Amino acid sequence: MTDFFAMNGYAAFIWPCYVLTFLFVAGLYLDARKKLKDSQK
Amino acid sequence: MFDFFANPTRFMRIARFLLPWLRLICVAGFACGLYWGLITSPADYQQGDTVRIMYIHVPVAWLASSSYFLLALASLFYLVWRHPLADVGARAIAPIGAVFAGLTLFTGALWGKPTWGTYWVWDARLTSMLVLFFFFLSYMALAGGFNDRRRGAKPAAILALVGAINLPIVKFSVDWWNTLHQPASILRSGGVSIDSSMLYPLMAMFIAFQAFFILIVLMRMLAMLAQIKQGSAIRGGTSS
Repeated sequence: MTDFFAMNGYAAFIWPCYVLTFLFVAGLYLDARKKLKDSQK
Repeated sequence: MFDFFANPTRFMRIARFLLPWLRLICVAGFACGLYWGLITSPADYQQGDTVRIMYIHVPVAWLASSSYFLLALASLFYLVWRHPLADVGARAIAPIGAVFAGLTLFTGALWGKPTWGTYWVWDARLTSMLVLFFFFLSYMALAGGFNDRRRGAKPAAILALVGAINLPIVKFSVDWWNTLHQPASILRSGGVSIDSSMLYPLMAMFIAFQAFFILIVLMRMLAMLAQIKQGSAIRGGTSS
């Protein structure tokens, strides 16, 4: 498991890409869902 | 076909029907893509595990370009045919395209440091993608810069069309100039040059991001159309 997260020494480059991308994915989805819910009030 | 979707009520009905299916495709696509990309696919013989950044970088780059194409197309439909949904669609697409373009630059920088030895170079591909990102931001600023939404629609649409000249530059920059960025490996005349062990997770992530893009655009369009309808109802009520 530790080897998986270490990514052979490239963890500092790989994981920020995935984490930031999915933070934006979640943020865009939650923002769109909130706008949709607010518009239906 | 475009007249069929010109009826906002019909469009909203179709969009609401599609939403749960798009969510399902997103979740399934991301689950498969992340499992294949992070766990089962091999490391590259030259780049090592940094190749796994490709499973994010390439799909978001493709979508950044294609979303700008859709933005420009919607702008054309607004300017020429005054399609009722065109401006709404363009405003829904722009922020998502901007996010994808920004992520392309960020993930590309993190991929470039271990492989090229630098986060950034002013080569044609990187520079043209940066210009695309600025065009997205400029569109959003112009479209949202007026109190009356309709006043911002025409100048923003013109700006979007002007920026469309950048799309072939982004795509063909690696062919037209000597660039540090590698040439195309998938959408190229000689066929796909990437092994299937990497191609399948890449395609899964692309399908997931594509479904996500359509999902968010439709959700934003539904919200905007509902707000426009409410605004019209209020104006209609106060004018009588």
